[in-house]
Amino acid sequence: MSNAQPPPAPIHAPAGVGMLRGTRTFPAAARLALADPQLRHNLGHATATIRDKRANVVAEAADWAELRDAGQAIKAATMAALDEHLVRLEQQLSAAGGVVHWASDADEANEIVTRLVRATGHREVVKVKSMATQEIGLNEALAQAGIDAYETDLAELIVQLGDDLPSHILVPAIHRNRAEIRNLFLRTIPDIDPGLADDPRALAAAARHHLRRRFLSAKVAVSGANFAIAETGTLCVVESEGNGRMCLTLPETLITVMGIEKVIPSWRDLEVFLQLLPRSSTGERMNPYTSLWTGVHAGDGPQSVHLVLLDNGRTSVLADEVGRAALHCIRCSACLNVCPVYQRTGGHAYGSVYPGPIGAILSPQLTGIEDNASLPYASTLCGACYDVCPVKIDIPSILVHLRAEHVEAQRERGVPPTPEAVAMAAAAWTMADAGRWRRAQRSSRLARLLGRRRDKTQGIIRSLPAPLAAWTGARDAPRPPAETFREWWAARERSENGKAQ
Amino acid sequence: MDRRPRVALFVTCLVDTLFPDVGRSTVTVLERLGCEVVFPAEQTCCGQAHINTGYHRDAVGLVRRFVATFEGFDAVVAPSGSCIGSIRHQHAMIAAKAGDPALAERARAVAARAFELSEYLVDQLGATDVGAAYPHTVTYHPTCHSLRLLGVGDKPLALLRHVRGLKLVELPNQDQCCGFGGTFAVKNADTSVAMLADKMNDVLSTGAEVCAASDSSCLMHIGGGLSRLRAGVRTVHLAEILAATEDAAK
Repeated sequence: MSNAQPPPAPIHAPAGVGMLRGTRTFPAAARLALADPQLRHNLGHATATIRDKRANVVAEAADWAELRDAGQAIKAATMAALDEHLVRLEQQLSAAGGVVHWASDADEANEIVTRLVRATGHREVVKVKSMATQEIGLNEALAQAGIDAYETDLAELIVQLGDDLPSHILVPAIHRNRAEIRNLFLRTIPDIDPGLADDPRALAAAARHHLRRRFLSAKVAVSGANFAIAETGTLCVVESEGNGRMCLTLPETLITVMGIEKVIPSWRDLEVFLQLLPRSSTGERMNPYTSLWTGVHAGDGPQSVHLVLLDNGRTSVLADEVGRAALHCIRCSACLNVCPVYQRTGGHAYGSVYPGPIGAILSPQLTGIEDNASLPYASTLCGACYDVCPVKIDIPSILVHLRAEHVEAQRERGVPPTPEAVAMAAAAWTMADAGRWRRAQRSSRLARLLGRRRDKTQGIIRSLPAPLAAWTGARDAPRPPAETFREWWAARERSENGKAQ
Repeated sequence: MDRRPRVALFVTCLVDTLFPDVGRSTVTVLERLGCEVVFPAEQTCCGQAHINTGYHRDAVGLVRRFVATFEGFDAVVAPSGSCIGSIRHQHAMIAAKAGDPALAERARAVAARAFELSEYLVDQLGATDVGAAYPHTVTYHPTCHSLRLLGVGDKPLALLRHVRGLKLVELPNQDQCCGFGGTFAVKNADTSVAMLADKMNDVLSTGAEVCAASDSSCLMHIGGGLSRLRAGVRTVHLAEILAATEDAAK
């Protein structure tokens, strides 16, 4: 390591494109979501169901702890030599007839995909569920170029038909219940049976009928990838419906957009993740469809195969020794389902395609902390996410790390200190000396004067001034006692010494 | 030579200032079990609120003070799972970040001898029956940092099961956070209160008279909500239950 030159400034995901930044802060967006009882009910029911399924299939895997350790170790080792694995992936995929493109950010990735689709002469693409293409806003970029992109994952279709936004990594329409989905289908799918029932089978059949025509006519598909195996240049998509398999095999051209952190060195590594992922995400022992493809095979499947390797801020995440573990994520969404915050606010409040605990550590790192400054605070640090993470990402510690980064960023910008910063500095100064602390405790007893007389007799305070008004909006506050613990202790010591003499 | 275990009490800033009964109860229980309790008067705060809100530079002085105050003792006990969690999992990190590896090493050494009350009673003293009596129906909220950061498991429940007259009722969804989260309770007050609403619902569903926990901060939040609703359930720290005896319960 050389200390001669300062490290280059981190390059973050550009603003104005894609879906990594919300229009509101988390507390403001959460307030809206919390006011929607239907949303609270849908989310509470869905997350509880999937949480129980996961817990059951994880409990039956006797080597779960070892699998998690292995997953964590493989990811950490891969990130430590990411450049080498990516070059190997490029070499192997190119040798197998694929074409690899490197995109430094969302704009470049969108340009590449648009150019590739245009070159085919077609104006329609079918899509396999993909977080990366949503992150970069690919559908919008294609639309601007006059290309229609059709989502084929059932939940993504629901989101697209409703002109809605995804709210969950695995089940992006989790905020909708089946009655809402039935109404949406009746409204948006042409020549649908008006007697459509709202049971899941009927809804899936209606979507299947609608999508089948698209699959059979599509010439170009766009996918993401769960894993890319460097040693053979093989790409992997894990899914439940089979719609992904249709997209990956029927069209002539297949374009895959993948974050650079998805590469794994070898097939042996895949073995670990194919055990961790389905149990953690859908709560299944094995997902129904695992598609693997290596370049081009004459007369079989797409004859034009492309891979777009997307950075979009990932290199700057990699540069952060603590924060880089966020890149280990395999997008299982177990952390969302156990998060007490996510369960109540849903995914839209996070303003990013990556919601929940993983989003709260990933989005601010991809965009730069100041563009998503409220997200690291959108957690009680309860630790439930860390407990379930299949690759053991210590999300609470990274949240705390990012909070400190935000505080430092504010300090460095030279903005006048916030009231919070002043209060924190004052508290630290006061508590740096036991005498000062004792005097401050005494003066805090002035708070005994707050509140109505009746409340005082009950030892509570019903309202406090800002910022503590946010506490007393729904919670009483304790009234400071007449004597602190240390005063009681000092008095006890004096009386015992007195007895001793 | 006095062979009694000598314990330094880290009372925590919150208990010191707002809940002195919890501190007194901790002393009562430890002394009843034969410990010599010392209260180093130089102590103030572990710095958890600073650390978790992102003020890591401001926290360095608090970590240094904590380490200097407590490093001379064989055992440090606090009536708080979350303060012990911060001492164990964050103090060395804060020192290292401030470029003070020596302090980090000392912080690790102190942390290895710092215990949450139920850990100390059960693991170090080998006591589950502490001679307490508390004739009430109690439900116990395990608190996230005790549960997941410290892994205290069912030690608090083992202590409660040996309290005379106490009827323990299980809290549904007990591993769910109550929504306190330090400054989260104010910064994200709406979400905090939404979580609190569900926790209170679970507490009330048990029919218990008392909701107990090992962290005064979580109890301040749950108790503040129950009090606002005049729900008729009070919040009590585990130490207060363990300190209660038949004489006091008269």
